[in-house]
Amino acid sequence: MSDDAPHQQARWYAGEQYEPLLSEKRTETVDVDSSLPDDLTRDELELPAPAEPELARHYTHLSQMNYGVESGPIPLGSCTMKYNPSFTEDIAAHPGNRVHPLRDDADKQGILRLCHELQDALATIGGMDAVTLQPPAGAAGEFTGIQVAKAYHAAEDDERSEVIVPESAHGTNFASAAMAGYDVVELPSNENGRVEVDALRAAVGSETALLMLTNPNTLGLFERDIEEIADIVHDAGGLLYYDGANLNSLLGKARPGDMGFDVMHFNLHKTFATPHGGGGPGQGPIGVREDLEPFLPTPQVRETDEGYETYAPAQSIGRVHEFLGNWLVLVKAYAYILRHGDEGLERVSETAVLNANYLASQIDYEVPYGPFHHEFVASADADAADVAKAMLDHGVHPPTTKWPEIVDEALMTEPTETESKARLDDLAAAFDAVAATDPEDLAETPTATAARRIDQAAAARTPRLSWHALDEE
Amino acid sequence: MPYATHSAAERAAMLDAVGVDDPDDLFDVPDSVRFDGEYGIEARSERATRATVEEALEDSADMVEFLGGGHYDHYVPSVVDHLSLRSEFLTSYTQYQPEVTQGFLQALFEFQSLVVELTGLGVANCSMYDRATALGEAALLADRVRAVDGDRVLIPDSLPDRVRSVLDNYTDGPDIGVDTYPTSSGTVDVDALADSIDDDVSMVYAATPNARGLLEPDLSAVGDVADDHDALFCVGTDAVALGLLEPPAAYGADVVVGDASVLGLPTTYGMGLGLFACREDYLRQVPGRLVGAGEDEAGNRAYTLTLQTREQHIRRERATSNICTNQAWLALRAAMHAAWLGPDGLVELAETCVTGVSDACERIDALDGFTAPVYDGHHFREALVDCADPDAVVEHCRDEGVAVRTVADGDDEYLAVCVTDTNREQVDALVDALAGYGGGA
Repeated sequence: MSDDAPHQQARWYAGEQYEPLLSEKRTETVDVDSSLPDDLTRDELELPAPAEPELARHYTHLSQMNYGVESGPIPLGSCTMKYNPSFTEDIAAHPGNRVHPLRDDADKQGILRLCHELQDALATIGGMDAVTLQPPAGAAGEFTGIQVAKAYHAAEDDERSEVIVPESAHGTNFASAAMAGYDVVELPSNENGRVEVDALRAAVGSETALLMLTNPNTLGLFERDIEEIADIVHDAGGLLYYDGANLNSLLGKARPGDMGFDVMHFNLHKTFATPHGGGGPGQGPIGVREDLEPFLPTPQVRETDEGYETYAPAQSIGRVHEFLGNWLVLVKAYAYILRHGDEGLERVSETAVLNANYLASQIDYEVPYGPFHHEFVASADADAADVAKAMLDHGVHPPTTKWPEIVDEALMTEPTETESKARLDDLAAAFDAVAATDPEDLAETPTATAARRIDQAAAARTPRLSWHALDEE
Repeated sequence: MPYATHSAAERAAMLDAVGVDDPDDLFDVPDSVRFDGEYGIEARSERATRATVEEALEDSADMVEFLGGGHYDHYVPSVVDHLSLRSEFLTSYTQYQPEVTQGFLQALFEFQSLVVELTGLGVANCSMYDRATALGEAALLADRVRAVDGDRVLIPDSLPDRVRSVLDNYTDGPDIGVDTYPTSSGTVDVDALADSIDDDVSMVYAATPNARGLLEPDLSAVGDVADDHDALFCVGTDAVALGLLEPPAAYGADVVVGDASVLGLPTTYGMGLGLFACREDYLRQVPGRLVGAGEDEAGNRAYTLTLQTREQHIRRERATSNICTNQAWLALRAAMHAAWLGPDGLVELAETCVTGVSDACERIDALDGFTAPVYDGHHFREALVDCADPDAVVEHCRDEGVAVRTVADGDDEYLAVCVTDTNREQVDALVDALAGYGGGA
């Protein structure tokens, strides 16, 4: 396949290996000589010591062996890997960001002003009454929202033990609820891929603290019964949590607060285009309705006659991060929101949804369920993991594979609004070329990538997690 | 929409392909929950957006900071920005397809290796959010590996409230108790710790440098107390201090948490990079991402996320943590910075943190009305300063464009100062501000 592959990723070699480790290039050991007494200090320190030119080459080589959104599309479902506008990096580099969080409020008015404006913008977008910016990632937002809900119930003297999560939900929902000490009740989907209202009615009760829902869900389907779902949960005394991972499909069209959600998180690194950085930093602010505001993390920011000030909400759960999470992500997301405005944000969602539906219409694989919003789940007729590897040889990143499990050999696909028609056609061509390939040949892929197929099971059986472990062999 | 990529004709062709006249028709949202209002946000050009945000950023005062307290500033070489901002790194996703993300995986493997080298422990993960959430995760790990009834963890009474509050949230779910043990003259009171501990303690935590800026003189003794009761010994520290200090594994640390953003990240309103390392015995209980070395089909060494069955996307409610997105890009930057420094450079930077604060204390101590440091011992970056009215001194310094803070220590309140390579040459401003304060003692 590699001969006619439209794409060959760079692959740096040194002898029999790919790009060597820093430790294999130039390492130095120094005797540690300090003004501290010997019993406090180490005797020696051994670290890589590349000269700057070689350091630059090392990381340039590594970057060339890596694939980002500026390399090509990354249609991973529920990940919203859209183009990250370059200008926000220049804003992040502005010296006005170099402010220490322990300054007096009066000396950090610029930061607090932006916090306040972003809190307001997110509250409006979510249809929520109040927002905390603090959680440093989406999963941290979930944990924070659950802790807030727990504190709310506790204040009502109504402690509850269960969180209900649909089977198609993101894994973090289950993990965050368990981390907060709740028993997780899994809710099956109905034949339309949505929440089964009768099953929900049977599942709720006096122990229900929360129902966590993603809407549109991970199949890209809007939960059309959302108002009834909200009533069922609220009638049982529970709260409704909105997982914001899929908010990119609703900007300007619908707001979680209007659907009856009480708590939600935003994934700024998804919806608002801050770069994902190979796995973070992200940021997961949460929005709440009025009754929950007193329980938000501290500090919050408010505007007074003298400017902006921080304060602790009356019954705050305290902190979920030592400071305010990832400030630079906040400032980049705010710039993205301002750049777009109302009309631009609505066009983001319209285009994201159009792109997903267009791509779904162009591929040969079966796409069950529908109508879709920003993502769809196709069903491969071969091992979805093999399909993904074969797609790499076509110069595109594959979708999320084998999940959600309610679709066989799932290919969960979210192209986002920043892919052009031509790119979507390339993606469709990649899907179709792989669909037309003999399943047995798929196992030979990928060949056009920096590394060939990696035996992940073997790597897990014999964990080698540092260059020290390699040296021992 | 600024990043729209379809021409009108392309859009029409796409609408035609999906069989609708307007993208709005694709939204399967009941009318009753449709949003027909406005956000009220006006779109701006790129230039106007920059001007709006940067103008707000300029509202903060121009100050010389001596603040510290968990967020530290060190000079970050330009090459770190230039390399880490390469879009193949910056705009990539978590490495679920390792064949096409070898570069980032290798960089994270190198980061893990650096942490292993610095801590002396066998396993380091890719990152936690910050030092406080890393401590929270350590308490949860201790709870899992030491399953005894009525678990509680012991922390020093000097742990900052901000960190304590995060720990309280992390330990709330499994109902782990958090108790403090006394410090004396700024460092761990080992006898008092021994009185505080019992067999229901799953973890003892101590930090070096600690919240008073002091290097703990005898962590080995702290580890022994923990060991006597079969509790995990968790040490809090940071990646620069470790360049100089004895590796925690050498004095019995089971887990090391702390801040690695001291490498690769300047002051950024409290962004962190949580460091997490532990003994290999707890490998399958580690929270967060791990990168392992393996082989590809061609027989070459290659890297992949590994032991993912610990993680939320596989194990769901039985995962070791809910963490998914972490601080990977900052780990990349920290590794770049460490490599740029090399061992000589890292030791020199750490030594600057020792001498800078002690030189500053000497000068402050010479001023009428100020005693510095409050506690004897070896300081790292930070120290406490005694004076009659610390709050008034802070206000006076603010008027002079100098940011310092106060710290409560039992019933006493002190000034705290932090000196690193980036403000060391501005200690004159601090000393002048303090000298100009009329009050004194």
